[in-house]
Amino acid sequence: MAKVKVKKQSTFIDMTAMSDVTVLLLTFFMLTSTFVKNEPVQVTTPASVSDFMIPDTEVMTILVNEKGKIFLSLEESQANIVETLKRVGEDYGVTFSPQQYDVFKNLKSFGVPIGSMVQFLDLPKDARDSYLKEGENTRVGIPDSEEALSDVRGVVSAGKNEFKHWVMHATEVNSELRIAIKADKLTAYPIIKKIMDDLRELKKNRYLLITTLKTASSE
Amino acid sequence: MSEIQVKEEGGGKNKQKKQQLRVDFTPMVDMNMLLITFFMFCTTLLTPKTMNITMPTKDETLDDKDKTKIKESMAITILLGANNEVYYYTGMIAEDKSSYTDPNFLTKSSYDADGLRKYLLGRNSEMYTVIEELKAKKDKQQITIEQYNQQTADIQKKAIQDTKAPQIMIKPTDLATYKNTVDALDEMLVCNIGSYTLSEINEGDTYLLYVKTGNPEYLSEKQKLELNANIK
Repeated sequence: MAKVKVKKQSTFIDMTAMSDVTVLLLTFFMLTSTFVKNEPVQVTTPASVSDFMIPDTEVMTILVNEKGKIFLSLEESQANIVETLKRVGEDYGVTFSPQQYDVFKNLKSFGVPIGSMVQFLDLPKDARDSYLKEGENTRVGIPDSEEALSDVRGVVSAGKNEFKHWVMHATEVNSELRIAIKADKLTAYPIIKKIMDDLRELKKNRYLLITTLKTASSE
Repeated sequence: MSEIQVKEEGGGKNKQKKQQLRVDFTPMVDMNMLLITFFMFCTTLLTPKTMNITMPTKDETLDDKDKTKIKESMAITILLGANNEVYYYTGMIAEDKSSYTDPNFLTKSSYDADGLRKYLLGRNSEMYTVIEELKAKKDKQQITIEQYNQQTADIQKKAIQDTKAPQIMIKPTDLATYKNTVDALDEMLVCNIGSYTLSEINEGDTYLLYVKTGNPEYLSEKQKLELNANIK
């Protein structure tokens, strides 16, 4: 009787095709996506059909979360950023050291009352990020109230509408600066109205509202 | 696929073994998968866009003649209410306040395609078609973007002068959200409306909303006090 010959089979799986697919996917992700910006609060912007691009420079973005906390980020030359901080500091009688200016000009975004700014700038980088992420903290967010407020740990708002002072000085230092409002879609309208009213009092009537592009499926 | 057959050299005497060059792609796939995961976590596919908006000035020194006049028949007021509700009315609230108590003065609508958009397109059909034609031309690159912007601006300006195009006031109530506001502004873009403003709600509007919906939250503080006084 002839022996049944069992064919030796190799278990080698050809990975070339798999590799092709992954490279394609990788290319797709690299080309279509943009990096997530490290922002103190995550906001979901509303969708719109408008397809204007956001300018890369000379923009001041006003970041507003659901609760109405305001953060600012300045995209302009570092000299202008430093000058803005200096002028706002002068208004409230706060002075900064050269090291603090250095820290400030590299900040992606900021949002603390001017009274806490010195303390905030002295924190190490990681501590600053986590400081801003404490959304519930009363000492986070730029105050836009006219009255001075304080809590057990000290001054929360120096009054005179700090937000307005920031915008005023930033636009004085750089007249080309454009104002973009990036607010969460669930933000109540009175919060937005307050911000727009403050801006309108400064005779700033043109804004860019940051939205995401509405696709056909989400309509 | 990843096998490369190495051919034997001529018919030489020294017997060369048939060699198979096989490249193992598994580590390559591993690395790619890692990279993909990295990109998926650290990037976002949503490209942020912007919507330009110009608010009316808050200058109180303006003369009456400088203020924009709106023809009553062409004025549409859109009220953005709570829970994503939207209402609109045409014309002005009558001065004798007779329309105050008439809930039918307000029409309820929605942000859907067959709500507000259908109504606005109906009111703006003439201009809509003209501008859509221009848009098509722009997309086919028959005209430049500058020409397109210039021409649409001219058409919109003329239509307003001839009182053919509606002029829209968007008035969000305190119960509306930012999303509602953007949605309403978006409808203006979709319907090619030339003239619209985001304006402040007044007491007539809030009272009208109260009459229509029965929700006292729409009322202003002063109106709430009056209402409570009346009940007592």
